[in-house]
Amino acid sequence: MTLQWLWFVLVGVLLTGYAVLDGFDLGAGVLYPFLGRTDAEKNEIRGAIGPVWDGNEVWLLTGGGALFAAFPAVYASTFSGFYLAIMLVLFGLILRAVSIEYRGRDAAFARVWDAGFFVGSLLPALLVGVAVGNVIRGIPLDANGDYMGTFFQLLNWYSLLIGLLGLCALVTHGAAWLALKLDGPVQERAIKVRGIAQIVCVLLFVLATVATLFEASRASDNVFGAWYGWLAVIVVLGAVVWGRWGMFKGNHRTAFLGTALTIIGVGGIFAVSNYPDMVPARGTPEATSLTVSNSASGSTTLTAMLIITIIGFPIVIGYMVFAYRTFRGKVPKARGEY
Amino acid sequence: MDALMLSRIQFAFTIGYHFIFVPISIGLSIMVVAAERRYYKSDIPADRAASKFWIRLFTTTFAIGVATGITMEFAFGTNWADYSRFVGNIFGAPLAAEGLFAFFMESTFLGILLFGRYRVSKRLYYVSTWLVMCGALLSALWILIANSWMQTPAGYKIEGGKAVLTDFWAAALNPSIAQRYTHTIAACIIAGAFIVAAIGAWYLLKGKHVHMARHTLRTGLIVGLIFAAAMPLIGHWSATEVAKYQPVKMAAFENVWETEDRAPLYLIGWTHTNSDGDSVATGISIPSGLSLMLGFNPDHVVTGLTTVPPADRPPEQMTFQAWHWMIALSGLFVVVMLIAVVMLALKRIEKARWVLWLLVICSPLPLVAIFLGWAAAEVGRQPWIVQGLLRTTDGVSPLVSSGQVWMTLGLFGLIYLLLFIGWARIFFGTIRKGPEDVVDMLTAEKPTTAPAPSGAGR
Ligand code: HDD
Ligand code: HEM
Ligand code: HEM
Repeated sequence: MTLQWLWFVLVGVLLTGYAVLDGFDLGAGVLYPFLGRTDAEKNEIRGAIGPVWDGNEVWLLTGGGALFAAFPAVYASTFSGFYLAIMLVLFGLILRAVSIEYRGRDAAFARVWDAGFFVGSLLPALLVGVAVGNVIRGIPLDANGDYMGTFFQLLNWYSLLIGLLGLCALVTHGAAWLALKLDGPVQERAIKVRGIAQIVCVLLFVLATVATLFEASRASDNVFGAWYGWLAVIVVLGAVVWGRWGMFKGNHRTAFLGTALTIIGVGGIFAVSNYPDMVPARGTPEATSLTVSNSASGSTTLTAMLIITIIGFPIVIGYMVFAYRTFRGKVPKARGEY
Repeated sequence: MDALMLSRIQFAFTIGYHFIFVPISIGLSIMVVAAERRYYKSDIPADRAASKFWIRLFTTTFAIGVATGITMEFAFGTNWADYSRFVGNIFGAPLAAEGLFAFFMESTFLGILLFGRYRVSKRLYYVSTWLVMCGALLSALWILIANSWMQTPAGYKIEGGKAVLTDFWAAALNPSIAQRYTHTIAACIIAGAFIVAAIGAWYLLKGKHVHMARHTLRTGLIVGLIFAAAMPLIGHWSATEVAKYQPVKMAAFENVWETEDRAPLYLIGWTHTNSDGDSVATGISIPSGLSLMLGFNPDHVVTGLTTVPPADRPPEQMTFQAWHWMIALSGLFVVVMLIAVVMLALKRIEKARWVLWLLVICSPLPLVAIFLGWAAAEVGRQPWIVQGLLRTTDGVSPLVSSGQVWMTLGLFGLIYLLLFIGWARIFFGTIRKGPEDVVDMLTAEKPTTAPAPSGAGR
């Protein structure tokens, strides 16, 4: 039981890590056509995420692998249940990976890769939130754990609202990153977007909270019924204020850490809102819900994975520190890369 | 077509596509290490340009490997949900370990290769090329552990209709991982060596970049010959293990119908059903060859297809052809490499244009052999998705409709076509321009205090 709980937390940590790290480069991709008006400005934006985006994305692959290993039933039900949505996310990630790498090498195709980078960032940034919304709200499941609804049922107003909230949060986060890493006109534009997007985010967050009270009262009961739920809410509110303070003072690092911490807090709220369910059943008998205990792998698997993680995770942190330190500071204007 | 068939086509297409670029990446990652090592020792701009040239070819290919690899990880959940429920206990762990131990390493140091020339010391840059290569070799190990477990499951028990892990090491070090890893990596090295040799040969044919072309060609040929010659031995090792753990697959490889001794080994052939309803092969064969190969003895008894009911036999023709053409190509590789190395030793290779052309023309063939090898291994395992435990028909996502898979299959086709066009433009464009183009850029690129024109392009 403790093992299962621990893995619930660890998967949460990996996926939240993904949201925080890849979040800013997805956000930067969404802003790319709007903030980068000339080729040189576009290059700066890509340069700001170039050395690190791939490593950020590996958090998703590892988180996905960990979900597969620790909670196979959840992995199977959500990935097959959200089939078309997941595939759109996937197509986005594919286009994006190649576009970032090829944009600077293939001048004749520059517009194609620009479009690929934008669309490829927008799809995941929006749809991951929609999927989260559906998981909070619950989905109809049969006894095998398969999703019984249609694609369009996934696009309900509540989930779209959560999707918008997610998109807006990543845009804020991306703008905060660009403000931190760049200077000149792109930075000025990023600063403007950051300020406005954060306010929109707060409004959407309030709206989403109210909506959850009505649409998914089980989730709001979970959050407001436990001290750690309140803790997560306080982290979010504190981070928003802290980030705003940073923006006000012109301290871009604080502003960025503020948006990062906001996302961590929201990840916490999401985790608390469902626990001990992982995918609650909606409109079908509650017994078909996927919970932490009925979807977890056996203890041998969880123990082996824990050992792998204990060895591997510090190394990963080491890589991250190394990469971000090596590429710290403003993106050089001179062609200081390979 | 039903969702099952479409999901199989989609899986075969996407993994086959991923595995065109993976061997090129693995092969070139070794070349990158060699080239950067040369520059690290010599410190001359020409070697640095050569290193940059290989890094560009490598990263261009690697990008497609990254993009199409994500598909594979998602595919298990989206299209093979019941399979994921069945094997998740075992299969997910290597996938997660691959992320932790390999992908993070690859991506971090790839960032250094792409952007770090002026940010890290020369030595750390050189070390990064090693780490990227190790990352690629490690990721191959973890994913092949997962695949090998499906071929030869170990370290598990069946509980509540699922495979549950009982022994991590037994599952990871299952009976087919050692030979599969060796065989696959050797195949990737052959593919890399043929490409490297072909690039050298092409420059010599065009009389361009002759200095670099000479040592490129030499490296490609020597590595290529060693591994091409070793391949039949490594393959033989795989074959004996297949005969032991997946006898029906081996029977399908050589179309052994009834269990028999003095089983022949076909060089080339065609399978068909005779009037008795037996599947037979006609073609050129070595009498008792298979018995000799598997048991070093003509009286060695080889298990036949009839030992299992028809529903448990793999598709005969496809398995047979894929297996035989892999081996035929293997023979061709040895011959081509041998001719070229002899000409190289006689110092006549630069005059013998036909040899150079031969190398250029043959360069994609290892990729074909690799595809055929996988097709033999995977189709030969059918109808099982996990050998003896779970059928492919029982692994598919029950509620994903054929309409949905049609849609995604079409989109995969389009997007992968775009990726291929992009890759080919840059890959062949880089080869056409050659490393000297890079040298011109080097002078402009030296970081000076005066900012040069900005650009994240590379
Ligand atoms: C023998 C080698 C091999 C095989 C059989 C496979 N792959 Fe692969 N894969 C690699 C060797 C590789 C690689 C050489 O390590 C790549 C190519 C480029 C790269 O980034 O790493 C890679 C990339 C790659 C990535 C992207 C990593 C990143 O973002 O850095 C993922 C998620 C996968 N693969 C997953 C898979 C899955 C789920 C497979 C099986 C169905 C699979 N690969 C077959
Ligand atoms: C990278 C090289 C690989 C190639 C070229 C390859 C090729 C194929 C092909 C052609 C099939 C189709 C068989 C059929 O439909 O009859 C198949 C099936 C399958 N393979 Fe592989 N494979 C590769 C690696 C892997 C790996 C590494 C895994 C798992 C870790 C894997 C898992 C599967 C599964 C689950 C199926 C069953 C689905 C299906 O029938 O299409 N494969 N593979
Ligand atoms: C005489 C030479 C060869 C022999 C006897 C041989 C033997 C085999 C055997 C028995 C398998 C099936 C293994 C299994 O199902 O577990 C296999 C698979 C495979 N072969 Fe070969 N092979 C030879 C040459 C080659 C060459 C030249 C290449 C490519 C350059 C190649 C690439 C592959 C690949 C990628 C696989 C799938 C991975 C695996 O299952 O190991 N093979 N080979």
